[in-house]
This record gives sequence, C-alpha cells and structure tokens, in this order.
Amino acid sequence: MLGKTAGGLFWMYRYLERCESVARLIEAGFRIALARPDIVEDEWTSILAAAGSRAAYDERHGRIRESIVVDFLLRDRDNPSSVLGAVSIARSNARLVRTELTREVWESVNESWITLKQALDAPVHNRDLPETLGLIRRQAALVRGALYSTQLRNDGYQFSQLGISLERASNTARIVDMKYYALLRSGSSMVQTVSNVQWETILRTVSAHRSYRWLYGGDMTPETIARFLILDQRMPRAILFCIDGVAECLENLAKMYGRRLPSNELADRLQDDLRRVTITDIYDAGLKGFTVDVVNRLAVLSQQIEEDYRYYQ
Amino acid sequence: MQDKPTFFDEMFDSSGQARPAYAQLVRWLEDEDFKRLIRKSDDAEAFFRRTGITFNVYSQQEAEERLIPFDLLPRIITALEWSRLTRGIEQRVRAINAFLHDIYHRQEILRAGRVPVELIARNAAFVPQMIGVDPPGGVYTHIVGVDLVRTGSDEFYVLEDNARTPSGVSYMLENRETMIHMFPELFAQIHVRQVGDYPTHLRRSLVAAAPAATQGRAVVAVLTPGIHNSAYFEHSFLADQMGAELVEGHDLRVDNGRIAMRTTQGFMPVDVLYRRVDDDYLDPLVFNPDSLLGVPGIMDIYRAGGITIANAPGTGIADDKAIYSYMPDIVEFYTGERAILKNVPTWRCGEADSLAYVLDHLDELVVKEVHGSGGYGMLVGPAASKKELASFRRKLIKSPGNYIAQPTLALSTVPILTKSGLAPRHVDLRPYVLVSPDRVTITPGGLTRVALKKGSLVVNSSQGGGTKDTWVLED
Repeated sequence: MLGKTAGGLFWMYRYLERCESVARLIEAGFRIALARPDIVEDEWTSILAAAGSRAAYDERHGRIRESIVVDFLLRDRDNPSSVLGAVSIARSNARLVRTELTREVWESVNESWITLKQALDAPVHNRDLPETLGLIRRQAALVRGALYSTQLRNDGYQFSQLGISLERASNTARIVDMKYYALLRSGSSMVQTVSNVQWETILRTVSAHRSYRWLYGGDMTPETIARFLILDQRMPRAILFCIDGVAECLENLAKMYGRRLPSNELADRLQDDLRRVTITDIYDAGLKGFTVDVVNRLAVLSQQIEEDYRYYQ
Repeated sequence: MQDKPTFFDEMFDSSGQARPAYAQLVRWLEDEDFKRLIRKSDDAEAFFRRTGITFNVYSQQEAEERLIPFDLLPRIITALEWSRLTRGIEQRVRAINAFLHDIYHRQEILRAGRVPVELIARNAAFVPQMIGVDPPGGVYTHIVGVDLVRTGSDEFYVLEDNARTPSGVSYMLENRETMIHMFPELFAQIHVRQVGDYPTHLRRSLVAAAPAATQGRAVVAVLTPGIHNSAYFEHSFLADQMGAELVEGHDLRVDNGRIAMRTTQGFMPVDVLYRRVDDDYLDPLVFNPDSLLGVPGIMDIYRAGGITIANAPGTGIADDKAIYSYMPDIVEFYTGERAILKNVPTWRCGEADSLAYVLDHLDELVVKEVHGSGGYGMLVGPAASKKELASFRRKLIKSPGNYIAQPTLALSTVPILTKSGLAPRHVDLRPYVLVSPDRVTITPGGLTRVALKKGSLVVNSSQGGGTKDTWVLED
C-alpha cells in the first residue's frame, strides 16, 4: 500500500471521528447551559479547549458567546476542528484514497459530506440544534458501519482503525484534561462547587452516561468517573480501551509486514504504563499532569506512525 | 444566404418515423409515462452526485465539482455500422503507431515527401528525446480516443485522433451502469453489447506491454496530477477498476534503476505507468523544469527500458491538428490501403492560398487552434458574432500557422429528453481503442457527447455539453 494512501485513510477516519466528538461536546455544553446558566461561559471555554479550537476562536472572536461558539464549532470552514471543516477534510482524504475504499464506504463519506454541507449551510437555530447534532452523529456512524461491514481486513483497515482509536484516545484525554477540576478527589475544596450536572456532562461527552449507570448505578464519585474514563477496558471511548486498540492495530501491521517499528514500542510502553497504573496512583501523582502527559505521548505516537509508514516521505 | 441546413437525425427519419435501430426503443418510450422519465432524469443526477462522478472545472478559483449532464435517451449504433467503423478505426490506429515509430526512427515518410519536414521539426509536440527509443512491446499509443462525427446515414468523419491521454472513458462506463440501474427492463428487451470489461482489457493491454525489467506480476500504476485535476474522478475510477495503484509524482522516485513508489513498506518498483499528466510535466529534468507533477529522472529510466509509459512521450505529434490533414496519406503510406474513415477537409492556414480562402469564408468555417483542445480557442463561424469574427481574423493574420479551418459539418442529431418532450441535439462519438503488442481492442460504443443547447455544435463538457449512453446492437 502507498504511504500516502495509509496516511489518507488514517486522517480520513481521524477527521470523521472528530466531527462526532465535536458534535458531542456541543451537545454537552448546550445541556449545561440549560441547567446551569451561571457557569455557561466557563463551560464553553473548556469545550473550545477540549475541541482543540481555543486559540483559533480567541483570535477570531475573542469574547465567549454561546451562539458564536456553537457556530464556530459547527461551521467555521477555516477551522479544521469544526464539524464542517473536519468533514471536508475527511472527504478530501476519501477522494485521495478512493481506490482503497469499498463503494459503500466511499458513498457514505460522500453522502455525509453532501448532507452536512447542506445542513450547515446557514447558522443553526438553537431549536434545531439537537436534530442537527443527531444528524452529525448518525453520519459518522454510517461511515463506520460501512467500514466494519464491507472493508477488507487488510493493512488499509488497520490504518483506518488506528485513526479512529488514536483520535478517540486524544479526545477523551483532552476532555479529562479540561475537566480535571470537576474530577478532583472527593473532599478537596473545589469539589464542593461542582454539581452532578458536571459529571453527567463529562460522561455525555463520551456517550457513556448510560454505560456508567449500568456499571455503578447512581454512585457518582470523581474517582470512579475518572477511572471509568481513563482505565476502563470495556468502554469504547476510555483512554486505555483506545490505546489497546492502537497497540493492537500496530501489532497487526507488524505481523503483516514482518517487522516491528519504533511506533510499536511507543504504543506498547504507553499501554503498559496505563495497564499498571491505578486511579489512586494517578491522583497521587496529579490528574492534570497525567492527562497532559497522555495527550503529548499520543501526539508523539501519531508522528512516529506517520514516519514509520511513510505517509509523506 | 444558403438554405437552412437539414441535419441527419439518428432516431427519426425525415417523415418522423423511427429508424429501424431505434424502433424498439421508441415503442418503449411511447409506453412510458413521461413524468416518470423526467423524475428518473433527476434520480440519475442524484445518483451521480452520491457516487461522486464529477469533474472539476478549469479556471475556477475554488475547485468546484460539477456533474456532466447525462441524458437518458441512448444513442444507438447498429452492428453493421459498428463493424465498418471498427475496421476504419483499427486501420487508423495501426497507422498512427507505425507513423510514430517511423517519425522517431528513420523518418521514411519525410524522406518520401509525404509529410513536410518542417511540420515535424518545428512542432512543439515532437519530442526529440524519443528519437531512437523503442517503447516496450513497440506500442506508442496504448489508449486512443478517436473522435467521430456523423453527417448522414453512411457518412462518418474523423474529427480528431486523441493519441495523448484521451479522457472520458469513465463516463462511458458509468453511463451504462446508470442506465442498467434505472431501466433494467430495457436491456432485457434490446440486446446491447457490453462495455463493462473495458478496465479488464485496459489492464491486460498495459501488462502486455510491460518492460523486460518486470519481475513476476507486473505492477501497474495510474499517475494523476492530484485531486484538483478536472479528471481526477476518472483517474481514481480507472485505478480502482484495474486494481492499479493511484500515484502522484511525489509518490515516485528513481530507485535502483527503476521507478519506485513509496509504500508503507519502502520503495517498490512500478512496471507500467498509465500517466494522466502531459508530456511537458512528466520529467522536470527533461521537460518543464518547474513541474511538480512528474518524476525527475523518469525519462532516463524509460529510455533504458526500466518502465513502460502509457501513452509513450511524444505521441502528440500524431494527433496534432496540423498533422491531421495528412492522415489519409499517413494511413496509405503505412498500410498500403486507402483510409476507410474519412477526414474532414482541412485548410492549413499556414499556406497562403488556404489562408486567403479561410479569410474570405470565415463566417462559414470552423477555425481551430492547432494546439488547442477542449473546445477552447475555437471559432464556429456561422454562430459567431461580428466582433468575434473580426477578432479571429486578426489572430489568423498575425499567426496563420497556428490555425486550421474546416467546413462547418452538418453534425447528426439524436433527441434528448427535455421538460417539454424530445428535442434533437448535435452529437459526436469517441470510441476508446486499446493497443497492445498483439492486438487492437475497441470497446463497442464509446462516449457520445451531446450539445445540450439548441443548435449548438460544441459538445465539450467544459462548454456545456452532456453525455449519452451509447449502444452498439448485437448482431
């Protein structure tokens, strides 16, 4: 497979995943705004940061206003992390690697792009927001469905899956990073100001509020939530679950190609570190420092993959 | 003032009766609900958009993807007509390959005085780097698109030989797919020859011309200028259908005496490169030094027999509009037979007598730039305004050698479906011809392009033309 093609698949799925993550972040912000109008500005600020769009927003708009933030995250074409920006990049990459996509995958990406371009043609009114966000999530699910049910399990599939897992891992890590103050140990002074709404929101941003309830009932403590988001190996958007996925894809590639590469080592080490650590260790060393470290290591790993498999040179 | 020209309509005769080839189709049409057809027509457009069968428009600031309008009514060619056309096409394509070999080797045709030396020597399409080069398998033009027009029941003319990188074949294939998808019942009633195996033939044909350096199964790659190229869809479509790699210049480099592509496991040699970039951009070391679309050093590898380039560099000398007028001689010179397909009478404006005639009859003629393509830089005299005529007259006087002129042909029409019923529109036909060392394969039919504007003779997609499915009937 061409290096360029591997890179195209990887980024196509990363950006599709990003569309969905951003939609979920907006949804969470919107809910908080309804429940706690008093903290809404802080909320949007941290959502912008979790979406990796804080600097771009500040430069463009400065002051935080809900309608502007939502519009920026949905429709700003120059922002690669807006829904419209990300779906356009995903579709460009799909065109680039079209020979590696099944007809079903290609058509679902192309259709998503056409549909979302239309849906986001004009600013979305608050009253239509839930429906639009639902549409974005459905489009992303459609492409993944086509991937899982039609794509050959060859190296191309591994690069696709790598993109999905890496993007999810960094997304969840960024969310924990932005919300660390809401996840500080029970009993610490800041926690008092945080309500259940915050915790609910965090779980919603990774579509896991229901799964959490299945596992822990109504028992919400910062430690269990943090453990669930970081170390659970059953929750598809938990950091460790995603890193397991990344390491597995890289392992599969090593088997297919008959050689292990530096990215295998990086992924394995990250996976080992996370498997060994307990949530208490993480709190003892500092939650904030831990997530920042994970975000950085994921970025380094992504670059190493790019190099190992010759995406660009 | 001449009489209003009457055009040969391929579907209906002058009394309005369906011609025999179209009888079944017309019966089917009469039974169809017209509204359903119009609806289907919209369906077809949605289908094309969803599947991303689009082309990018040149000279547009932001790359815009457009659809080529597709007309539902097929264009039909009988088995008999087709067999005559294929004989003519094969003869012509063989002559073109012989001509190219000769021009880049002994130049017998120039010595014999059948084609003027200066037409070759001073022609930008002549590539001196090809002199003495023997392309693998002896094939110069692996893929040719011969543009034909019809003017009467037995009269076909070759308008142009596209011997560089003819495009449009993906539309031929997708048009058929679309028709089968929308009107399966029609294909059960009318027996139409298949076109769907074109990619298989293309691959076979390219592999048959693989270089001696090939080890094991030949690796075929399609070289595209990239996703912003107007024909990118076609490049990816063909690579996909052939099971070939789709590469850009920066995916390739010289490696160990071969051209190799950058894969996830290192560099791997490419045996056959179906390039969809022009000669000029192929190798910055030899041609345009600013080109980022090609591969530095590929010409050296090619000359050493390390790769097959399809079509070979320098084939443009055979489809040059100035050479065109010599085609009947060229066919005769190399095949010893008279050309089966007719050439359109052509005035070479570089010759004083011809120029005088052309200037006198500008409003009756079609004038083309010798090196232009895609319907740009062209004057259709009868349809031109006084201002356009005057401006073209100045251009002609300034550089007559840049132009040829031809009579305005009474192009045949085939009806298209419009909201207010059937309406005749002018068409042309581009059959696709594959040349391999051992055979010439012509896909039955080809791409019918249709001028959608009433009375218009310009069928190019970049100028508002559309396409039709083209049916060659079984015997």
